[in-house]
Amino acid sequence: MNPVRGLPGLRAVWLCGLALLSATGTAAATEPPPAAARAGHAPYADVLPGSDLEFPRDHGSHDAFRTEWWYVTGWLRTAGGEELGFQVTFFRTRPDIDTRNPSAFTPRQLIIGHAALSDPARGRLWKAQQIDRAGFGLAEAATGDTRLRLGRWRLERRGQRYDTTVQAEEFGFTLQLDRSQPPMLNGDRGFSQKGPAPLSASHYYSVPQLRVRGQIERGGRREAVTGEAWLDHEWSSAYLDAQASGWDWIGINLEGGGALMAFRIRDAAGQTRWAAGSLRQPDGRQRSFGPRDIEFRPGRRWRSPRTGVEYPVEFRVRAGELELALQPLMDDQESDTRGSTGAIYWEGAVRAFDAQAGGRRTLMGRGYLELTGYGTPLILP
Amino acid sequence: MSARHWIALVVAQWRDQPLRLLVTLLALAAGVALASAVYFVNAGALGEFDRATRRLVGESELVLRGPPRTGFPESLFATLARLPEVEVASPVLELEVALAARDGTPGEGRVAPLRIVGLDPFRAGTLQPQLFAEIADGFLRLFEADGIFLSESAAGRLGVAKGDRFEILVGTEARSLRVLGLLSSDAYPQPLGLMDIASAQWLLGQVGRLNRIDLRLARGVDPVRFRTALAPRLPPGVQAIEPQVERERAVSATRAYRVNLNMLALVSLLTGAFLVFATQSLSVLRRRRSLALLRALGVTRGQLRNLLFGEGLALGATGSLLGVLLGHLLAAAVLERLRGDLGGGQLSISDTALAPQPLAALAFFLIGTVVAGAGAWLPAREAADRAPAAALKAGDAEVALAPLQAAWPGVALLCGGALLALLPPLGGMPVAGYASVALLLFGGVLLVPRLAGALLARLPRSGFVSLDTGLAQLRGGVGQFTVSLAAIIVSFSLMVAMAIMVHSFRDSFERWLGDILPADVQLRAAQGSDTASIDAAEQAAIRSLPGIERAEFRRLLPIYLDPERAAVTLIARDLPAAPSAEALPLLRRAGAAAAGSPAATLPPLWMSEAMGDLYGWAPGQLVTLPIGNTARRFRIAGTYRDYGRSSGSVIVTRDDYLRSGGDALATEGSLWLRGGGTSAAAAIAAVRGALPRPEALELLETTQVRELSLRIFDRAFLLTYALEAVAVVIGLLGVAFAASSTALARRAEFGMLRHIGLLRRQVLAMIGAEGLLTSLIGVGFGLVLGGVLSLVLVYVINRQSFSWSVELAVPWLQLAVMSAALLVAAAATAVVSGRAAMGPAALRAVREDW
Repeated sequence: MNPVRGLPGLRAVWLCGLALLSATGTAAATEPPPAAARAGHAPYADVLPGSDLEFPRDHGSHDAFRTEWWYVTGWLRTAGGEELGFQVTFFRTRPDIDTRNPSAFTPRQLIIGHAALSDPARGRLWKAQQIDRAGFGLAEAATGDTRLRLGRWRLERRGQRYDTTVQAEEFGFTLQLDRSQPPMLNGDRGFSQKGPAPLSASHYYSVPQLRVRGQIERGGRREAVTGEAWLDHEWSSAYLDAQASGWDWIGINLEGGGALMAFRIRDAAGQTRWAAGSLRQPDGRQRSFGPRDIEFRPGRRWRSPRTGVEYPVEFRVRAGELELALQPLMDDQESDTRGSTGAIYWEGAVRAFDAQAGGRRTLMGRGYLELTGYGTPLILP
Repeated sequence: MSARHWIALVVAQWRDQPLRLLVTLLALAAGVALASAVYFVNAGALGEFDRATRRLVGESELVLRGPPRTGFPESLFATLARLPEVEVASPVLELEVALAARDGTPGEGRVAPLRIVGLDPFRAGTLQPQLFAEIADGFLRLFEADGIFLSESAAGRLGVAKGDRFEILVGTEARSLRVLGLLSSDAYPQPLGLMDIASAQWLLGQVGRLNRIDLRLARGVDPVRFRTALAPRLPPGVQAIEPQVERERAVSATRAYRVNLNMLALVSLLTGAFLVFATQSLSVLRRRRSLALLRALGVTRGQLRNLLFGEGLALGATGSLLGVLLGHLLAAAVLERLRGDLGGGQLSISDTALAPQPLAALAFFLIGTVVAGAGAWLPAREAADRAPAAALKAGDAEVALAPLQAAWPGVALLCGGALLALLPPLGGMPVAGYASVALLLFGGVLLVPRLAGALLARLPRSGFVSLDTGLAQLRGGVGQFTVSLAAIIVSFSLMVAMAIMVHSFRDSFERWLGDILPADVQLRAAQGSDTASIDAAEQAAIRSLPGIERAEFRRLLPIYLDPERAAVTLIARDLPAAPSAEALPLLRRAGAAAAGSPAATLPPLWMSEAMGDLYGWAPGQLVTLPIGNTARRFRIAGTYRDYGRSSGSVIVTRDDYLRSGGDALATEGSLWLRGGGTSAAAAIAAVRGALPRPEALELLETTQVRELSLRIFDRAFLLTYALEAVAVVIGLLGVAFAASSTALARRAEFGMLRHIGLLRRQVLAMIGAEGLLTSLIGVGFGLVLGGVLSLVLVYVINRQSFSWSVELAVPWLQLAVMSAALLVAAAATAVVSGRAAMGPAALRAVREDW
């Protein structure tokens, strides 16, 4: 079953979901009747500090929270030496509905899938998305361990590895991601603050340095690939506050086994409203950064010919003493949903160079950069 | 002869006879207008209907449907969604939902049910590309349990706007819905509401049930092969249908109705052609000497023929052009007033706009012109073939019409018509029946000269000068006089046939209403809705009321027996296994099953006549019905008449229905009141008092129901009445025209009669007598021919079109009034035109002749 395939309207739905994810704080703040007060509407769980993560339980879904995602990004190499970026994401979101409805179709959870291949040789971003309500065994975000299913798409944890399958109209991949390191808990033991307000936070861990092998398919042609990837798992009920208008995020697998995650939340003026990050050395020592330790300095801009939106596709990111210069695998890694919700974002593979090495381009690592909120402000549901 | 001369000749002839020109034009225009209007209306309504259905089914390649009201378990959806052949499976719950009366007044003023489509927007959106754009605003609120999107036409009908609430009826309980937004009429032209599937299941009391699944198949999967493989794995009563078959099925539901109207319209066109024939024949006769003069002056035979034929064509073209324009106006008016379903009630589209249809318009224009040309051909050839010298002499007119005296073509046509009436329908349409009507009509008309001649020869002398002179005149000029008769006979006989058919149908319908509505009070949960019902507790409460002697409840639900056909109505009635003739009047009864045979143990089932025609069922046969998703065997115990459902219905006893797993709900009931002073009104009040939500029920006295049904019947036959009225008008025009043209043609004769001493009064009396005699013969022929045609209409065309039988009933009074009106009109017009023809010109005409 592949309920959603490349229809323009469906992107709207997906972005409605995405908008929901990004706008939870705003939505919660502006809705006049408190959700819990309405008959049959269950309140969302709050993200509170001091609740330790526990595995494998926290690999699974946290249905009480409003939104959750499993975000896999990485770099692939074909036998012929071609380099590609890939990402596959499963979102779970719980609509604020009357849960007394006994119907098996009741959308207690919505599962949204998004997958893309960045293909610089063809200058093309292959992308696909799906959405379905959980139920009937057709779409599912299991509790207890990572087991996600959306039609024929899968992401599943089996011991030290993840298996993922994506089948879209024009492309697909089946990848095996082997864990080489334990999960990296972001923020304070997995409690990740997203803004000045105490409730604006998420539970958040990353699994960097995943070893990838498997097959990709483009336009009916299959090829074996290898590479490395990064998995983010994050859940929250109030992600952004009302003043936030977007974020910049990176997850970089550093050469030699280290890992850097950093993000900043921007306000309407484009200024940093909040920032944080995690840096883990190959030996496992980890440092968590607060707003003062993280700096995102935008560099070269690229204007999308389709949407007219301008993105800083190159960045200098400072995390503590580490300073990286980010270069995109290709400029056009934009997802355009204008004409439906108006939400446009950039999500792409980047190389990280040593920014302090002067003119010498020393590769420090590879990873993904995500830029949201650069187009017209998201239309919130 | 140049075109200019030709035009001058034609115009001169028409300027001479403006009234006749007008009459012929109007007759032709009326026929073309009617035929084209019926076509335009249907094409408009059907096109719109097709577009609307297409939007709703979208890009699916296969549609699974179960019985609309009871559906099938939703597990079928999960099973299908997992099949590798299936790319998208979209679950749907689609119900006609009764609306709670807004002001709480019961019965009258209730709005028609609203179709609510419950769907999963994520899945349906891949099949209906317009869906997401339509609901993007307020998309997430769609998951609110009481949220609904309404099409603009539905919102207009309900009188609600975005954000408003309205109430629907489920069982007898009212539930409130909130309008989340409006769907543009571009995307969803039909009146409907869209809900999330989960809310629809919950709110409409159908949790766990679906009644439709739309499928798009994986690349390379053949829908037909997949459907065939799937069929045995589907629960009983669930059919996999290709969308185009489904559309055709919906459209074919109205086909019988449409074809009937089209055929009747074409028949009226033929009447117009007869009128042209009569016009041209008489005009050629009247001008025979001037035409002969033209020939003598050097105009060739071919030129003369073309001149006369061209006259007919020009007449036809003008009339047809007028007709097509009138038809378009008529169609626009009908669409505006009747909302495009031609009163048949099968298609309902809100905003049916009349799209211009140039090709169809051209076709009708050509048909009218060709028909008029055909009418002019024979007279034109006749006149051209005549030797000029002979035609210049007087008394030549009769020779010209001699070929019409032969009897064999008429007899042959009549025999052919009779044989055609015996043929079975072609593709479900009584094509042979219509051909039979046409042959009988032509055959009958062709026999008129011969029969009229024989009849006139046998009439005795009366002794009155005027009458006898008139009779002698008619005897002498049978040919001319029958030509003028032809148009009268054609229109009058059609008028008679239609009057008899409609009257028979109405009479049978009225008697049937008496049979099926024997009780004193009728009640029903909102008609036409799938959700309104009366539950067992409410039924018991009604039964136990003191004024009620007996109550019968019925459960009506549509079931699918054949993917190619419309749903059959299953009626579960409170009936014993062997009901009395009063409880269930039967047309045919099956013999008893052999004792001890398995058939004898099967529960009985009664079928409407249509089941025999559509499914080949017959009394005594064993059949399988899907009830509650299980297949049950029944034995057909008899056939009953059902004018309410042309796609067929079956009756089972309610006990058998419940035993087969059916529910205890009822949708209709009949109440018998205790004798001794309980009035129907008091009983209705008592029932209302006993129910928690009485406004959910419609309660009517049986007499009211009868009146209402007959009113609906009359409305459905509105167009047939319109056709009848047009036939009457054409008939009267024919009479008027025939009278005036014969009178003008006989100016010389009138002058002669005055010369030999007849008084002006006597000549006028003679003309009146002639007119009366002519129309008397016309009316007589019309009545006989119309009677024969009505037999074909009642027993062949009606039976084959609608799959129900009708008993012949003749509307004597109506026929008498129609005949009298025609006679009076004929005599009067004859005298009026005779008076006009007897001016001083009459004497001059005598002089011309010498």
